[in-house]
Amino acid sequence: MSITSPDGQTTIEPDGGPGPSFFRKLTTATDWRTGLVIPALAVFTALVIGGIIIMLTGYSLSETLAAYRALLEGSVGSLRAISQTLTEATPLIFTGLAVALAFRAGLFNIGGEGQLLMGGMLAVLAGFTFTGLPLVIHLPLAIVCGAIGGAIWGFIPGFLKARTGAHEVIVTIMLNYVAYRLVDYLLKSALFQREGRNDPISKTIEESAKLPKLLAWVDPAMRVHLGLFLAIGAAIFIWWLLFRTNTGFEFRAVGANPSAARYAGMSVTKVYILVMTIAGALAGLAGTGQVLGLLDRASPGFSAGLGFDGIAVALLGRSNPAGVVAAAVLFGGLNAGGQYMQANANVGIDLISVIQALIIIFVAAPALISAIYRVKSTTGSTQISKGWGA
Amino acid sequence: MSATFEKPPVESYERGEKRTKGLNRSQIRRARISGIVMLLLAAAVAVLFVPNAEGVATFGISTVDDAIQLDALVVPVQATLWAIVLILGFMGASQFVKGFQRRATLILGISFGLFTIAMMVWATAGAEFSLISMLVATVSRCTPIALGALSGVLCERSGVVNIGIEGMLLGGAFSGVVIGSLVGGWVGLLAATLTGGILALLLAVLSVNFRVDQIIIGVVINILVLGLTSFLTAQVLVKNPEWNDAPIFPSIQIPLLSDIPVIGPMFFNQTIIVYGMYVLVASVTYLLFRTRWGLRTRSVGENPRAADSLGVSVAKVRYWAVVSGGLVGGFAGAWFTLGTVGRFDEGMTAGTGFIGLAAMIFGAWNPVGALGAALIFGFAESLEQKFALLDIPIPTEFLAMAPYLVTIVVVAGLVGRARPPAADGQPYTKE
Repeated sequence: MSITSPDGQTTIEPDGGPGPSFFRKLTTATDWRTGLVIPALAVFTALVIGGIIIMLTGYSLSETLAAYRALLEGSVGSLRAISQTLTEATPLIFTGLAVALAFRAGLFNIGGEGQLLMGGMLAVLAGFTFTGLPLVIHLPLAIVCGAIGGAIWGFIPGFLKARTGAHEVIVTIMLNYVAYRLVDYLLKSALFQREGRNDPISKTIEESAKLPKLLAWVDPAMRVHLGLFLAIGAAIFIWWLLFRTNTGFEFRAVGANPSAARYAGMSVTKVYILVMTIAGALAGLAGTGQVLGLLDRASPGFSAGLGFDGIAVALLGRSNPAGVVAAAVLFGGLNAGGQYMQANANVGIDLISVIQALIIIFVAAPALISAIYRVKSTTGSTQISKGWGA
Repeated sequence: MSATFEKPPVESYERGEKRTKGLNRSQIRRARISGIVMLLLAAAVAVLFVPNAEGVATFGISTVDDAIQLDALVVPVQATLWAIVLILGFMGASQFVKGFQRRATLILGISFGLFTIAMMVWATAGAEFSLISMLVATVSRCTPIALGALSGVLCERSGVVNIGIEGMLLGGAFSGVVIGSLVGGWVGLLAATLTGGILALLLAVLSVNFRVDQIIIGVVINILVLGLTSFLTAQVLVKNPEWNDAPIFPSIQIPLLSDIPVIGPMFFNQTIIVYGMYVLVASVTYLLFRTRWGLRTRSVGENPRAADSLGVSVAKVRYWAVVSGGLVGGFAGAWFTLGTVGRFDEGMTAGTGFIGLAAMIFGAWNPVGALGAALIFGFAESLEQKFALLDIPIPTEFLAMAPYLVTIVVVAGLVGRARPPAADGQPYTKE
């Protein structure tokens, strides 16, 4: 039930709570059963229930199976499908990390939407304002601007939480709404709006600010872009930060027990501000990837709920950077396959959300899967969040 | 999980020992900050509104079918704005210098209210504005927010976090419209309520029996309901439009009470769902704070181990609280379809459940507090709609974001750390 600093010198005991220690499970080898069999059975069971729902709406068994074949083809059936899966997964890795990192410090970041929007807007601004720069300067500049945009929107709730105790859940929800309105305003302002247009749409970014498409040389329709490597790099960085640095140890210590962390001489204030700023930057990069890699411009609602999806990804990935990447790829595959399924089998893409929700339930409650398939599960349910935080 | 390491809470300041001498440094800083906020508001009125204000603003305060017709309020714009600047400036300056101590929260609330009035007077200058219809809309729009918050209060007072309010609202809205179309409005209302209860049962089983992380279940409920209702809308309701055409509950005038000017049409000429909200807020307040059931629920939310050792069944108490919270959430969902438009659209709750969540925290996990917060949000929503109709020179987006910014300022500056139930979010294992 304790967590230990990277140098093995300091140990912090979390403040109680039943169940096996989440932190210990990450440091010891995971049982292969819970590691692979349970998630696989969770996905299978969710698909079976999804199939039953499809059939209840008047499809025959063969039509349902055809829909699922389309789902499979659309997610991993071809290089193009895999490209689409990874394209969909890229922003989810970022927003998942933004939520997961905050969870680690005992904070609940519902503000991914707002942070993503502000990051995307600043990246677009940098993308079309600077002209004549070479790609090696312009692109990194736009990416950094995007990260800063998100970081500002993350800093505000972190600062208010640390200094005044304002609840981060309220502040992040409110900042989402502020960001939606601010984007609506900015897209109609002279600064952003495309010349000759009356609808809210931004100018198009320069060629030198676009994230290069990775597979365009195979097929120009393949949209997977450099943002994928940025996302994986961010996941590795967050893993290193959390588990290999003293700062990350402080994050986890504050998350486990803020009082103990304070008595151990750590600054809870600093941790709250830093964690929310980094989380905001991560979500900002999600928006940056969308505008620089896919959209080339900003339009209202380009966040498309990705900030909220990040909560699901973080929970499914058990707030572990590697788990977040895996969960994001799974969700990305389901989204990509769902688009294909909607187009080719005429089964609505909204079913994918139902399947995703069911997968999360079964992964979070292995006891359900154990009961259905009579597999022995070694783990109980996991506590990932900390309720309303400290 | 309580923030024992933090600085002393605001209460000691609000009770105020004697004069400024009795305040410690952080309390003085707090008083200074809210003083500055008020002075900024005064400056904003003077700079933004006063220069381009002239003529009179007309506010209608009676509806056509009121028993007692009141003349419209005619307000001289320039004079009113200057008066508000003076009052705000005076209050801000005194707050900055000596602090209003325990009345500080009230004074800041009044300041934001005055600022809102200034904004409305300025926006209406030279035009006519139906204040009464906006107030009626405020009460109506606050209903799903207040009920959503109430659903959260019930669950969380027993120690179960309910992030799934949004899903419960959406589920109630959907089943309400389908059953309402097929059978009738009252059965639809019942179906909506039960849908919320079933979703809450999922929350209860998984959180109490399987001890799954409560926030995971809430998020799952939101995704599941959004996906399922959107899927069914696209696959079933589009092909069968007669399933998506429910009767709307009419407004019911309460005799005598609805004849009171302003208050009458505002509170006593509403649909059955709004009256249901009054009854639920009152009865939940009574149940939570005046009955044995409420005491047990709160004790389980604060310290389940102690409650258990006194013979209270933690699981049973949590089941009751969560399921009744779900019933309230489902009932609230009916507002979106049976209470207003009579048809369902994908994702039509549009984040109201999250606003309800914020109202619950804003209202410090208290039903009446949550209702107050919900009224503020409801006012903001209807003001935004009305302002969209008036032709004003500053972008409506900024007016629309004002209530959210005000909420942040209030939560950061004055409410401070509202304390959740101590065992909120923690599963309980009997030893």
